[in-house]
Amino acid sequence: MEFALSAELERELDAIIARYPNRMAACIPALHLCQRANGDWVSPAVVDYVAKRLDLPAAHVEGLVTFYSLFNQERPGEHQVWVCRTLSCALRGADTLLAHCEKKLGVKVGGTTGDRRVTLRTAECLASCGTAPMIQVDQEYHENLTIAELDRILDRLLYED
Amino acid sequence: MINRTSYLTRSFDVPEGYLLAAYERSGGYRSAQRALGMPREIIVDQVKKAHLRGRGGAGFDCGVKWSFMPKDDARPHYLVVNADEGEPGTFKDRAIMEKNPHAVIEGALIAAHAMGAHTVYIYVRDELHMAKARLEAAIAEARALGYVGERPFGRPWAIQVFVHSGAGAYICGEETALLNSLEGRRGEPRLKPPFPAQCGAFGDPTTVNNLETIAIIPTVIELGGDAFSRLSALHDFNDGGVRLFGVSGHVQRPGLYECAVGLTLRELIYDLGGGVLGDRKLLAVIPGGSSCPVLRADEMVHVLGDPRFAPYDGKSVLDLPLGVDTLRTIGGMLGTCCAIVLSDAADPVLALATLMHFYRHESCGQCTPCREGCGWIERILDKLVAGRASMEELDRLTEIASDITGNTICAFGDGAAQPVLSFVRKFRREFEDYVLTGGRSQTRTLVA
Repeated sequence: MEFALSAELERELDAIIARYPNRMAACIPALHLCQRANGDWVSPAVVDYVAKRLDLPAAHVEGLVTFYSLFNQERPGEHQVWVCRTLSCALRGADTLLAHCEKKLGVKVGGTTGDRRVTLRTAECLASCGTAPMIQVDQEYHENLTIAELDRILDRLLYED
Repeated sequence: MINRTSYLTRSFDVPEGYLLAAYERSGGYRSAQRALGMPREIIVDQVKKAHLRGRGGAGFDCGVKWSFMPKDDARPHYLVVNADEGEPGTFKDRAIMEKNPHAVIEGALIAAHAMGAHTVYIYVRDELHMAKARLEAAIAEARALGYVGERPFGRPWAIQVFVHSGAGAYICGEETALLNSLEGRRGEPRLKPPFPAQCGAFGDPTTVNNLETIAIIPTVIELGGDAFSRLSALHDFNDGGVRLFGVSGHVQRPGLYECAVGLTLRELIYDLGGGVLGDRKLLAVIPGGSSCPVLRADEMVHVLGDPRFAPYDGKSVLDLPLGVDTLRTIGGMLGTCCAIVLSDAADPVLALATLMHFYRHESCGQCTPCREGCGWIERILDKLVAGRASMEELDRLTEIASDITGNTICAFGDGAAQPVLSFVRKFRREFEDYVLTGGRSQTRTLVA
């Protein structure tokens, strides 16, 4: 399948490229932009597009996609939930949050619910240690979490449009 | 005595304190206006007098670092601000970006002028969407008033500031990995030398500074370097000024506290943090991010070498003023100055296992000792926690960590080895208990 950006996003990409002395430096921002425009994953067509647009070998772009953990190599669910599991959150009950997510969503870490609404992941330290435990849902942080609050968040993701 | 200050944090609790109007009401951008009219050597000199130790973890003197930038070099110069905050337990840079983004922009303008840079990149880890949005909005506000752009404050020295997003890799907090990432490459650290000041971003002279270091620069200019340094209890040890102290884990009031340098762990945990959670006993504290050796609550200061620190010999580590060199002198590390507190409810074996999962996950894989060693350590710890490891394997943990130390391109290897070496040595009995009884007499939990 071919991949292309809208005219507006093309202009945004041009503005990004202009910030750097060479085109390669725009590669990570370009991948972010295209990933968002492509339903939150970097398909092979996106790799080819970015490579062509920035005049880079496709292998170089692919190398970035496999190195950085926030480029998805498969299409995730509609929403992504990351449970921080690193020490400060673990000391405040991250394990219980994670177990609750797995039970409620009916998936293990890395899995996506059958209706493709939610993908569950763990994250390493998200710089929210003073407000642990916490989870990230898409672009938003939820801090000082209790199980009751987590329940409400997951309900919204699962049952609301 | 605790000396709380509010240079960086005064806007934190003000509604919309992140907007330019609020920042200027409290004197914002006056330092930049003054500094951009000063010769660059004078600014570098003030920052040297401030004894501003880098807030990212290594604690290198900021003014000295700036002085490494070449003076008569026609190549473009770059300032890169490191906001890839990812060290476990550290949450200070995110707070500054979200609540006081203009301090970052103003500090960046002053620093760029002092090192002859026209371009500033602020490298922010991708997850911090709110922080990035606040920085972008602050840059737009500053640009609209002409503070950022072709002629900042009417001076003919263009300065552009850009936010550059990472993509999920702890290693990009290492300055040369960050530069590779900024250039659109995999975030693998580079060999040094050459150092960034000679050959940094795009092969040109570059200085990489932690975000908190840059954000405090306007205060250094406002007060003057010497007056800034003297705010610190460790002024005589060349560790000046004020900084953000974080505390997380098993305390009543986790959070960030801005204080003069030289606060003690006892003050941070009991006075500011409100004491140990659930009135339990303090077991241990990791003083500044997980790569620092753990300190036991009952540990005494044993000064290694430097006679200037002799007065602290024999005191509790909780009463040692927190500074770059005070911690170094006891074989520890101050790191990012954000402490993780463990009460006696927490099982130190599980704590180390949790941390080593992090290091195995985040090793970039470039150097064999770190790539393989972190995996071996994680696997032995998993066996240990499951009650299936032998004494020989317990000793192997120390052996592997020692073999990583000093044998890798960047400091990540040492950062991964330190927790292993310190936890296994200081909690030997608890680790052996897992071998002998499967951890039967341990708490087997991390939660207080």
